[in-house]
Amino acid sequence: MSHPAVYLDAASAEPLHPAARAVLGAASTRGYADPRRLHGPGRDARLLLDNAREVVAAVLGVRRDEVMFTSSGSAAVHAGLLGLLPSGGAPVVMTAVEHQSVPDATAWAGVPTRVVEVDRAGRVDAGSIAAAAREESAGLVVVQQANHEVGTLQPVDAVAEALGDVPLLVDAGASMGRLPLPPGWTAVAGSARKWGGPGGVGVLVVRRSARWRHPFPAPDRTERADHGFTDVPGALAAAAALQAVAAERDEVGGRQRAMIDLVRERVASIPDVDLVGDPVDRLPHLVTFSCLYVDGEALVSALDRHGFGIASGSACAVDTREPSRVLAAMGALTHGNVRLSLTRDTTQSDVERFLDVLPGVVADLRAEVAL
Amino acid sequence: MSGSGPTLDCRGLPCPRPIIELARHLADVPVGDVLGVASDDPAARHDVPAWCRMRGQEYVGEETAPDGVPVLLVRRLS
Repeated sequence: MSHPAVYLDAASAEPLHPAARAVLGAASTRGYADPRRLHGPGRDARLLLDNAREVVAAVLGVRRDEVMFTSSGSAAVHAGLLGLLPSGGAPVVMTAVEHQSVPDATAWAGVPTRVVEVDRAGRVDAGSIAAAAREESAGLVVVQQANHEVGTLQPVDAVAEALGDVPLLVDAGASMGRLPLPPGWTAVAGSARKWGGPGGVGVLVVRRSARWRHPFPAPDRTERADHGFTDVPGALAAAAALQAVAAERDEVGGRQRAMIDLVRERVASIPDVDLVGDPVDRLPHLVTFSCLYVDGEALVSALDRHGFGIASGSACAVDTREPSRVLAAMGALTHGNVRLSLTRDTTQSDVERFLDVLPGVVADLRAEVAL
Repeated sequence: MSGSGPTLDCRGLPCPRPIIELARHLADVPVGDVLGVASDDPAARHDVPAWCRMRGQEYVGEETAPDGVPVLLVRRLS
């Protein structure tokens, strides 16, 4: 292959944004100390951390004291969800397409759950969520802003309005920075590596008015404080990337949206392909489709040999034999699945080369099974 | 019960093999008849109905074989 490898898995991890790279080195040199200490290096670290929190709060339009940094996006979901659970074990209502960190947290807490089904596009109905919350006398509702596997946006505004006073945790893991936050939530979780910040940094925003208490061991569980020692340089780099991504949202998102439209159009012309997710009301940078009769792992490996780094949600491509919960809930084909997600640097020619290669790769794999 | 009709034994075959077998053998039954797919692969339960939707065949439902393995029933429409 004469072309450099093309990475099309931004939804797993976006390459570090230049704005993050620019601050990471200096912040690592200056921000090593314990920000709670009163000496000079401690004050330096405190300054950087305060700055990071301030920037994240400004980008998200929330108060600085509502922003907590966590050790990952999943850790943010866990702390948000478990911290909002009312005492007494009232059920948690969630959509069938939430990120695995959500059912993991409810299972760990041993709290009853009610899962609300989605339509073929992967979208939940706000009225169904509200009805389930009423029937269950739910203590908490969890809805993602956008689906991490198929990109479909959830009607979070309508859910929040229909819920009234029931606490709502919004998982913005796939969308934070790329889309403005919807209104009406009680807590929001995000993951820095999904927007071009460093890995190992998550963001949890909890409204001041929320009845949230720290779910993990802490000196004062009522305090809205980061759990353990915050990665100060990581938090600052994540904040810088978030600010940059939000500022360039319209330009980058518009470009990505057009490229994904092209992918959807061209992939639809390949025989026996199930194009999943909402074609319009979706994340700008992501598309998922499944190719009949093709093994997901073989497809990922073949595309890798052609220089394209792409993820698959197929059971045959992961360790467990369980199919993707998201694809299954949507009634989509679960094998031969590919999730393509563009980075901010992905070009039209990258996408066109992928589209030139894909039909032949699929045809070759089908030929191996004589179909 | 599918015992009356033909059933493809796809036990032990990982995805997407049960769907490939279904595609190969649905034409073995006359139009209007039902073919069962016995599969212990957890993806088959989702992928057989999806295949029917994509290929214009009818997914009839699920039964259980005497050994507890799901049998997914497909009616040949064309």
